[in-house]
Amino acid sequence: MLKLNYRRLSSDEVRKHIGGKNMHHNVLAPFNSDAVKEFRAGDTISLSGIIYTARDAAHKKLIELLSQNKALPFDIKNQTIYYVGPCPSREDEVIGSAGPTTSYRMDAYAPTLIQLGQTGMIGKGLRGESVINAMKEHGAVYFGAIGGAGALMAQCIISQEIIAFPELGAEAIRKLEVENFPLTVIIDCYGNNLYEIGKAQFRKCK
Amino acid sequence: MEAFKSMRDIGVNTIIEAVRNMCMNANYYLNEDIKQAMQRGLSCEKSPIGAEIIDKLITNAELAAKKKVAICQDTGMAVVFVTIGQEVHISGGSLSDAINEGVRRGYSEGYLRKSVVSDPIERKNTGDNTPAVIHYEIITGDSLKIELAPKGFGSENMSALRMLKPSDGIEGVKSFILETVDKAGPNPCPPIVVGVGIGGTMEKASILAKRALLRPINIRSGIEYVKNLENEMLQKINELGIGPAGLGGINTALGVNVETYPTHIAGLPVAVNISCHVTRHAEVEL
Repeated sequence: MLKLNYRRLSSDEVRKHIGGKNMHHNVLAPFNSDAVKEFRAGDTISLSGIIYTARDAAHKKLIELLSQNKALPFDIKNQTIYYVGPCPSREDEVIGSAGPTTSYRMDAYAPTLIQLGQTGMIGKGLRGESVINAMKEHGAVYFGAIGGAGALMAQCIISQEIIAFPELGAEAIRKLEVENFPLTVIIDCYGNNLYEIGKAQFRKCK
Repeated sequence: MEAFKSMRDIGVNTIIEAVRNMCMNANYYLNEDIKQAMQRGLSCEKSPIGAEIIDKLITNAELAAKKKVAICQDTGMAVVFVTIGQEVHISGGSLSDAINEGVRRGYSEGYLRKSVVSDPIERKNTGDNTPAVIHYEIITGDSLKIELAPKGFGSENMSALRMLKPSDGIEGVKSFILETVDKAGPNPCPPIVVGVGIGGTMEKASILAKRALLRPINIRSGIEYVKNLENEMLQKINELGIGPAGLGGINTALGVNVETYPTHIAGLPVAVNISCHVTRHAEVEL
């Protein structure tokens, strides 16, 4: 067994590291675009409540439904989408490993959903300008979950139900109930980006 | 007849079982070299958030091993390297079918995600994570070695190939590696492992880069200049500032492995295969 040789950081220390202005928020999902205004890049979040999963194939289908003027399988207004395709669950588990997938692949679809009222995205990795512009215009936030920590994150998911596209397997849309899901605000609705801020502090080359 | 008698017989069931078990083990257990590198990373990380993330990744790996669940939900597409002696005879079916059957069983019985679609454009999930991508090498003797490296696509998508000119030289190789890692940023779940293939042809460079990822990251190349390149690239990558999860820090890569091969007078192919911290790898000698 590995031994940890450092002490865990207090949230104050984390805040100090990212500029002293950052806060921790306990957030209940769904939340509206007014709530989004409170979040700043670098803030830490404990998210509880209802979120929906969707990744590449499900996003494509959602946008196809919209283009045919059909209703989405859930009301997107004020909802948060978690970009994830979980592992199958063992008999005694709620869900298998369930960490974030890389978000830029949803960039082609996200602005349309944000325009319709989606307020939260959970994933990992860079986002394109069109997404960030939609977030600024309509009030949405991009949270980062830790890529590669899927077993740990599954512990915060207390229920799951497939609500659409079961034929997609891991890519089906699931309604999840989460409790104290640990997230970081990566891009806020003002366009501040923690990836840029963090990298600049430790970069030794151009 | 005399030659046939000297063949060593290996049954497909042995292969199916071995591949099945490797699929599970590679996805549940972090390899020892990676565990050590994560500990080192944790002790030297200057970013408090970065250290927190490495700590969580270590905790995650311990949890996965304890519960026998996947370290990461992307349990990958199965990449298999088979090194088979020309005096081995496979009985009871085809070797490729046996490998795919092992993958099928491993992913279904191991509660691993099925992430393979049958066609890149039509994109229907095959439902059992097959087919695997299999590379065969035939050698002398009667051994059979199967290496399995299930590859997640968050990092695979950040990989790149460039056909450099001979005049670009080693400096060109270095710039291309750094450019590829820098551009990938937070996407491949840093801290990453970087596999580099230099030489051969277009496809050979890519296979070398993938092969490089199978070498433990605490073992350096036996070629002096390649060893120096590995060390220098690791240092330079960690000066990019990307850090754990891309939130800033000095641990962007845990290791850089480089493999080389003879090439054409006109060429200098370079492939960079990025892998996340999990860098799944299991092997068996039958």
